[in-house]
Amino acid sequence: MSVLLQQLANGVIQGALIALIALGYTMVYGIIQLINFAHGEVFMVASYGGLATFTLLPDDLKKSPAVALPLMFVGGIVVAVLVAVIMERFAYRPLRNAPRLAPLITALGVSVFLQEAVRVWYPNATSNLPYPKVFPEGGLTLGSVNIAWTGVLLVGLSVGLSIILQTYINKSRMGRAMRATAQDPDTAKLMGVNPDRVIVLTFIFGAVLAGVAGVMFGGYLNNINIDMGFQNGIFAFTAAVLGGVGSIRGAVIGAFIIGLIKTLAGQYMPGGTQYDYVWIFVVLILVLVFRPQGLFGEPERVRA
Amino acid sequence: MRKHSVKSAAIVGATLLVVAACGSNKEEGGTSGGSCDTSKGTLTVGVVAPLSGNLSALGIGIKQSAELAVDEANQKCTVKGYKLTVSAQDDEANPAKGAQAATKLSTDPNVVGVVGTLNSSVAQTVQPILRDKKIPQVSPANTNPTLTRGNDFLTAPKRQFDNYFRVCATDDLQGPYAANYLVEKAGKKKIAIITDGKTYGAGLAAELSKQVAKKGGQIVGQETVGEKDTDFSGVIAKVKALAPDAVYYGGEYPAAGPLSKQMASAGLNVPLMGGDGIFDGKFIELGGKEGDLATSVGAPTESLATAKAFVDAYKKKFGKEDYAAYGAFSYDAANAIIGALAKTIDGAAWDESKRDSMLTNVGSYSGSGATGEVKFDQYGDSTNKVLTVYSVTSGKWKDVQTGEFTG
Repeated sequence: MSVLLQQLANGVIQGALIALIALGYTMVYGIIQLINFAHGEVFMVASYGGLATFTLLPDDLKKSPAVALPLMFVGGIVVAVLVAVIMERFAYRPLRNAPRLAPLITALGVSVFLQEAVRVWYPNATSNLPYPKVFPEGGLTLGSVNIAWTGVLLVGLSVGLSIILQTYINKSRMGRAMRATAQDPDTAKLMGVNPDRVIVLTFIFGAVLAGVAGVMFGGYLNNINIDMGFQNGIFAFTAAVLGGVGSIRGAVIGAFIIGLIKTLAGQYMPGGTQYDYVWIFVVLILVLVFRPQGLFGEPERVRA
Repeated sequence: MRKHSVKSAAIVGATLLVVAACGSNKEEGGTSGGSCDTSKGTLTVGVVAPLSGNLSALGIGIKQSAELAVDEANQKCTVKGYKLTVSAQDDEANPAKGAQAATKLSTDPNVVGVVGTLNSSVAQTVQPILRDKKIPQVSPANTNPTLTRGNDFLTAPKRQFDNYFRVCATDDLQGPYAANYLVEKAGKKKIAIITDGKTYGAGLAAELSKQVAKKGGQIVGQETVGEKDTDFSGVIAKVKALAPDAVYYGGEYPAAGPLSKQMASAGLNVPLMGGDGIFDGKFIELGGKEGDLATSVGAPTESLATAKAFVDAYKKKFGKEDYAAYGAFSYDAANAIIGALAKTIDGAAWDESKRDSMLTNVGSYSGSGATGEVKFDQYGDSTNKVLTVYSVTSGKWKDVQTGEFTG
């Protein structure tokens, strides 16, 4: 029983991390129908941005987590947003009216570029880098279940930010512009919505969430490497597809489902942890066969 | 998803271009050698090791130690009439890239031998390529026994590659040696095994399990994690429920360090033990904790009288002591190739027809190296079977027991 509870807790924490990244995939897809494969690398770059911020801090600030930690978040988010904005401006905007395959291939190219850039230019990034110990140590013990404080923080941030995002998109003026652009970019433009602004803003929102995720990843797992963006990006992309690409709620729920499948299948399914990924994709295939639009997605509209 | 296909293909393509471009111009020869006769030209000692990626700390130690051996040979005019250089190829710990590196070296008629690889899985693809060209390969670090003696290495050993040699002890000794220490010395009876499923890690763990059972211990569980995994909470929760006295990890430090740290934060406070793949300072930096254990091949480099000259020369050349776990072995491997080459050439000129006698001379090489006596048996294995158990003590690896596996 305690094993089950522990695995549930682990699954929820993994899900919370994936959710933060999946939101970036799903929002960008919702607005411009682009699967931004480079989004996983934005998450990775943010993690290195947070680490670089810490490295650059003066020594006395390094010792005070209350100052260093928020600054690392700011650093990670700033780097992620910069990368995302530059990426949108120079890699995707020129291809906005090109066939869908062109920006998709570009996204893969940007992804490889970012990964190699960090590898070449970040000092010692060729191997795992340890993350500074500024995060709260220890954790919550409920019976025999251990949950690290960083895990609790990760879940809190993930759920909180998703709710804020959902509310913003549903209630605010800008959110309405985003929904309008997603539904029909041309008509939205006729109604006075500036699509460039909406699209940049979408990338920025995705990058902020990925920035938070990148720094939290380092804090929760204590070390980072340049492959982290690819692996978690794939999970996040799968979560977005599972939940229905374009749906905020779907991405978050899809992410938690994936986190739970991974830990529970590793515990209880034959093959154990060696085959835990297999079950994620088995579920994905089943969902796509019986519900191609995903759990919360709308059937794809054919545009004129 | 453990193998990413499209993307890694793209990365392979891109990096290969870069690696090929840098690699071909790399002349890391001797600093002096001015007084020697080098009128007959230049011969190359190849190195295949992970120079980038997670295991680069080990790979760079291998490369630089081989360079040191070559430098010294140039200064001492060991090979008459020739200057030696090192051509180091990056295998990124990836068997496919190792094969490309080996192919590149094997097409060069001036390559006289290859030091490498680090990973047993990479050796599997490199061995046949170099054999076809009769190029001797001396590994400083491959510990999987099947590489020299085949799948039935205990019952019906059979030489696999007549061009393949190694200067380190093998996992059929290392695994049981670790098992003896764990069960008899440390009194850990219930052992959980986690591996990364690769040739090295899975093989080492299998050898350990057999001996644990023989000594009255118990393997309470066996799990496999992905080489690129970062979050081990699932596997740790599973293992924790089995209440082991120790966890044995078959794999390398990039996963082992974080695993040890995450074990502690999940409340599983037992030592993690591993093989030579986790014996590196990086393991501790990435989260290895006090009391974690590792076995490694050979005696501790710092304690060997024969190693002192190597350590001093290395420090003088590179300014720091980053020769890592296999530096001394790599130095000896390169010296075995150089020694055999000097005997093969013996005043004559090098050409590819000399490759047969080169192989024979490596096989019969005998010398006193940084790791002790360097000699090969009929399978190409080292006759030096010394192993050492290390433990993390005040943030550093400290040797606790050195010896040979005796059953």
